[in-house]
Amino acid sequence: MSDQARIRNFSIIAHIDHGKSTLADRLLEFTGAVAERDMREQLLDTMDIERERGITIKANAVRLDYRAADGNTYILNLIDTPGHVDFSYEVSRSLDACEGALLLVDAAQGVEAQTLANAYLAIENGLEIIPVVNKIDLPSAEPERVSAELLGVVGGSPEDVIQVSAKSGSGIEELLEAIVHRLPPPEGAADAPLRAMVFDSYYDTYRGVICSIRIVDGAIDSGEALRFMATALDDAADEIGVLRPAATPVTRLATGEVGYLISGVKEIDLIRVGDTVTDVDNPASGALAGYQEPKPMVFSGLFPTDGDDFERLREALDKLRLNDSSLVYQPETSRALGFGFRCGFLGLLHMEIVRERLEREYDLDLVATAPSVEYVAHLTDGSTAQIRSPQDLPDTRLLADISEPFVKVMIITPSEYVGTVMELIQQRRGEMGEMTYLTPERVELHYQVPLAEIVFDFFDQLKSRTRGYASMDYEPGEYRRSDLVRVNILLNGVPVDAFSSIVHKERSYRYGRAMVERLRKLIPRQLFDVPVQAAVGSRIIARETIKAQRKDVTAKCYGGDITRKRKLLERQKEGKRRMKMVGQVEVPQEAFISALRIDE
Amino acid sequence: MSDAAATADRAAGQRAAYVHIPFCHRRCPYCDFAVVDLSEQRASIERYVDALIAEIAMEPPWQPLHAVNLGGGTPSILHPADVQRVLDALKARFGFEPGAEISIEANPEDWTDEHAAALRSTGLNRVSLGVQSFDAEVLVALGRAHDPGMGIGAVAASRTAGFDNVNIDLILGTPGESQRSWQETVATAVGLGPDHISAYALTVELGTVLSRQVSAGAPAPLEDDLADKYETLGGSLPARLSHYEVSNWAAPGRECRYNLTTWAQGEYAAFGLGAHGHRSGVRRRNVRRLDVYLETVEDGRRPEAGSEILSSWDREKERVFLGLRRRCGVRGGAVADVLVTSEAGSRFLEAGVIRMEGERLIVARPLLTDAVAREVLALEERPGR
Ligand SMILES: Nc1nc2c(ncn2[C@@H]2O[C@H](COP(=O)(O)OP(=O)(O)OP(=O)(O)O)[C@@H](O)[C@H]2O)c(=O)[nH]1
Ligand SMILES: [Mg+2]
Repeated sequence: MSDQARIRNFSIIAHIDHGKSTLADRLLEFTGAVAERDMREQLLDTMDIERERGITIKANAVRLDYRAADGNTYILNLIDTPGHVDFSYEVSRSLDACEGALLLVDAAQGVEAQTLANAYLAIENGLEIIPVVNKIDLPSAEPERVSAELLGVVGGSPEDVIQVSAKSGSGIEELLEAIVHRLPPPEGAADAPLRAMVFDSYYDTYRGVICSIRIVDGAIDSGEALRFMATALDDAADEIGVLRPAATPVTRLATGEVGYLISGVKEIDLIRVGDTVTDVDNPASGALAGYQEPKPMVFSGLFPTDGDDFERLREALDKLRLNDSSLVYQPETSRALGFGFRCGFLGLLHMEIVRERLEREYDLDLVATAPSVEYVAHLTDGSTAQIRSPQDLPDTRLLADISEPFVKVMIITPSEYVGTVMELIQQRRGEMGEMTYLTPERVELHYQVPLAEIVFDFFDQLKSRTRGYASMDYEPGEYRRSDLVRVNILLNGVPVDAFSSIVHKERSYRYGRAMVERLRKLIPRQLFDVPVQAAVGSRIIARETIKAQRKDVTAKCYGGDITRKRKLLERQKEGKRRMKMVGQVEVPQEAFISALRIDE
Repeated sequence: MSDAAATADRAAGQRAAYVHIPFCHRRCPYCDFAVVDLSEQRASIERYVDALIAEIAMEPPWQPLHAVNLGGGTPSILHPADVQRVLDALKARFGFEPGAEISIEANPEDWTDEHAAALRSTGLNRVSLGVQSFDAEVLVALGRAHDPGMGIGAVAASRTAGFDNVNIDLILGTPGESQRSWQETVATAVGLGPDHISAYALTVELGTVLSRQVSAGAPAPLEDDLADKYETLGGSLPARLSHYEVSNWAAPGRECRYNLTTWAQGEYAAFGLGAHGHRSGVRRRNVRRLDVYLETVEDGRRPEAGSEILSSWDREKERVFLGLRRRCGVRGGAVADVLVTSEAGSRFLEAGVIRMEGERLIVARPLLTDAVAREVLALEERPGR
């Protein structure tokens, strides 16, 4: 039997790399959740891709038992969250399952953009925040200064800040005591009808969908008949349990507890993150407030290089979506690339990760088209259309104008770089907003910038121009009308859909020029001259010519070795099978892939 | 049918023999033939010739030969007495047709007046001189041991010795070779009045020194440069030398018969290290290691490393892809029919790469012959034919 007053639910939130997962390691270790020999760094980051990149992608919940100085044992439900801006949706859902948050700041880096963004999220959710300064073991650590910065964000007095080293383990006990004494226990009504929040879901090939749940009111007993309120799906609690971090079945999850639920459902669509689970026999009158679906920010076409893999790609996307509800996709056909999917991602990192997982875990070889944001086309007849792919843009004659998404960008930078940052923002068509001095040396800047201008290399530019000191965060803003055009690329007069792009008018020439030059170099010579053109509407803005092939013959037949000559030709032909025909032009798959690489 | 086409097609029914002499003073950087570096293997030449003669004796008898080719390696480093033994063995085994072409490949530096005369008296009546270029720098770049003077001298020596069928072998497109250098090479070659000219574009073969140099960043032969030089050559040769194959030009009646046999899918017996033969519809290849070759033959066994028999469809494709190298092309047939109606075939027709001339399928842009050959070899037999 758990005692609701002795439960503490909290998330660890911070800017990327400030040490959330490492701190989770220490908490697991200190409370004896993991035996010493099983300990490894960032233990909760279990996906290969997380371990390789050293970042957390998916939030992880784990239960700890802590015997506090007061002699009582407390149940701590910890959720380690990702720091990258693409995954802030994970953070907000995690916070929803908690009463408290540990807001971590790297003692050498200070407050950064996601520190602020995540702090605001926690404040909005009404969570109790414990400010924590981490990495105090670093020689460059400035715990006092950073602590002051942190208090500037969350308020409070210096003694509220807990100083730890997630590396050495110093300060961990003090932190655990603070968790127990400063964070409130969960509030829900133990005798009310069951209401449990599904705050995450996983898919297991053998067990089907596994829901992460937080019991808000009432309790779940193993075997109980349950109802998912949004989808009106009735099912039984085949297994309930807690992660310690190994899945450990329990007979009951009581009010305020966090755990998992397996109901035997195999179809992920029947289970929605944000849904409320209730008791079939004694249902709650109303569901809990759900989550807002995350909005995909960038779109890209994913095409198998081997057309025969289309069905495999579909299956792989379906499976991936089981663990990543933010991934959206729909079939798309490209003249150049064949059948594939237009996919929506939370950002470029998300896109990169999805692609890498598809290629690695599902053994697919993919081509991705240049990422695009979602535009809104205003037609002359007064209607509007969502444009997720440049191909979808209506003919210029029907088009009144185009709006593009702006985002609210927050940048935190040492004050000496303010000028540099402003310059960059101006180049990216950004508009200056507020500017606040966090301390005399650190400035918080706000801008409105077209999303299309920041999704590609903005972050790298920002980092390199501020010698790595600036950090940024962004959230969706409003749509605004902009002077946008679609640049089409034509090969021998035939438009190559995979290469058309919606760009700002002032950039159209540069884009067109770069693309035709690139393609001229990448596409092998054909039997005839092939013009490569960039066009806006019917106007050609750049042109190159791939000269006709002149020589494709080799020397004599190897002293009568006809077999060898024949095999050589056959092998060469095999290599050409991966060519795609665009009109009369043979284009190697490689050329598409290389031309689509974003390296400008 | 034109005379040229008739001669070319007739070669399909005539018999030839190829004898491989693998020895070289050193390997050229672009060469990937079965070659034995003489500096390491001097002692084995005589033993090798003995083995050749034994191998010839093991070959079943055949009808008389209309062409014999001693190729290499460098056959011209053989002692005339050894050449004599080889030719005698062939003659004893198969007999020669009257006026048969008995040809040898020779390096200019070996081709002195005396040597040419001595070899002529063995019964050789054609010589193919590996001149490659008349530009000293180009010859150095190609790793050749001779200089331009030796090239000129070799042609003169052939004439003095009484060879009335002399081929000059040229390589075009060596990196560093200017258009001008090539023009001068061609003019010099023409001035020497050869009966035959072969001009091969330098090809980077995998596994050669050249290919390693190119991978390491050395300039590779360039497509436009090769094509320009090829056109220069075609435009500079006298009318007397007619273009009868992608890379070969000959005076009337001086087309290389051995090569015509190969391109006509004709049959030839082959002897020596790594040699490839074609008899009774079977393509055979010999072992490529000298010690294995010698031991096997001395043991009384044929040094065969493998063989291949093609299905009738594949044989027909082979006939077409080989024959298309000739300017007279090939007689039509099932494969040609499928080609001209295929997607690739219609592109070739449209771009003027191939055309039908009466019964014959012809490659009109000879420098694109491999592009056509690749498609020919990929053609699928149509069901119901
Ligand atoms: N010196 C020192 N290094 C630390 C400390 N805590 C974490 N690190 C290091 O900081 C890096 C990032 O740590 P993580 O725990 O992966 O950071 P994170 O906040 O979970 O990162 P994301 O999940 O990607 O947002 C790793 O190299 C850790 O070893 C600390 O207290 N001292
Ligand atoms: Mg982490």
